[in-house]
Amino acid sequence: MKNILGITALLVIAAGIFMASTTATSSSLGEGLAVGDVAPDFSLKNIDGSMVSLASYEEAKGFIVIFTCNTCPYAVMYEDRMIALHNKYVDKGYPIIAINPNDPSIKAGDSYEKMQERAEEKAFPFAYVFDAKQEIFPAYGATKTPHVYLLDKDRTVQYIGAIDNNARDEEAVSTRYVEDAIDDLIAGKQPAVTFTKAIGCSIKYKKG
Amino acid sequence: MRLLVIILLFGTLLLNCNSPTPAAKNLTIKENITEKPKTTNLTKRVTEGMPPIYEHFDDLAYIFQQQTDTTYIINFWATWCKPCVEELPYFEQLTKKYQGQKVKVILVSLDFKKQLETKLVPFLKEHQIQSEVMVLLDPDANAWVDRVDPSWSGAIPITLVYKNEKRAFYEESFEDYAALEKIVQPFIK
Repeated sequence: MKNILGITALLVIAAGIFMASTTATSSSLGEGLAVGDVAPDFSLKNIDGSMVSLASYEEAKGFIVIFTCNTCPYAVMYEDRMIALHNKYVDKGYPIIAINPNDPSIKAGDSYEKMQERAEEKAFPFAYVFDAKQEIFPAYGATKTPHVYLLDKDRTVQYIGAIDNNARDEEAVSTRYVEDAIDDLIAGKQPAVTFTKAIGCSIKYKKG
Repeated sequence: MRLLVIILLFGTLLLNCNSPTPAAKNLTIKENITEKPKTTNLTKRVTEGMPPIYEHFDDLAYIFQQQTDTTYIINFWATWCKPCVEELPYFEQLTKKYQGQKVKVILVSLDFKKQLETKLVPFLKEHQIQSEVMVLLDPDANAWVDRVDPSWSGAIPITLVYKNEKRAFYEESFEDYAALEKIVQPFIK
């Protein structure tokens, strides 16, 4: 009986590994993270030249990881709102870490130098780091800019999606998804809304 | 109180956008799709070459549900989206090649309201776009992205091909015309 159980367990594990390997190869980008998964840490270069990782935020109670860039109109429309979001929540332990995932050989305006320029123009109060090897956005499963991953202090994904429900017109926003999710976390609750979709620009990478 | 403000805001929006106009007259496209819903959401001022504008996804949803033995190739794009603009000629080629057949390309533009006259219309003119173009302004993407396809993340461009019940969805851009035609061909027999 024990043997059968053991064999079944092995088979299940083997099937799991097999499925994991096939899903990883079936899509060039893999499946990425789902709500409840633990997000991988990273070490990426910030616009000030320093290397930024999640672990380097010792006081953080969570992280607002946003894949964004200089060139996507949707990302640009959210710049001021990202600044406001960071300023509202950084003292509560939730900083924004903005990651540019784009390949500058495809989108010249998303080079490291252009990131520095844009960050200076807008006086970004948060880290704006460059996923130069393009390894982090596939690990997270980000497909577009902007694309938010809200993590708690254990790096568990609590929310994936949009910043709010109206990219084009801030005044018409009626639901602030990220703020609501953080408020829930601060209140010791699971976020009521954990996943939303929004229009964005595809992340630029070389295929094949 | 907040609710009241929202209602008032909505009210003003509706007043601003709802004056029905005969913008459809200006379309160069001869063959329109069957029975469009009331085009109450067209812009107030009629610009020459302005495609029909939809404020709400509901009003445009019919384009995904035609049961007419026609193969529909629906592409979501915008003039500000570089990979979208790069692949647009392939869709144009498709439109031209299958003219007179039961094949219809619809380009759904997600251009911004402020840029329709300054960017979209000049773009369509400059490139002499022959495929049918529609503008979708509905900002609440979370409410409609899944209705186009549940697997869509929201990034553009995307292309949906369907004929009656048969459907295929691609969240990617096409390298060349052959790549696009290859995914359309199984639908055309």
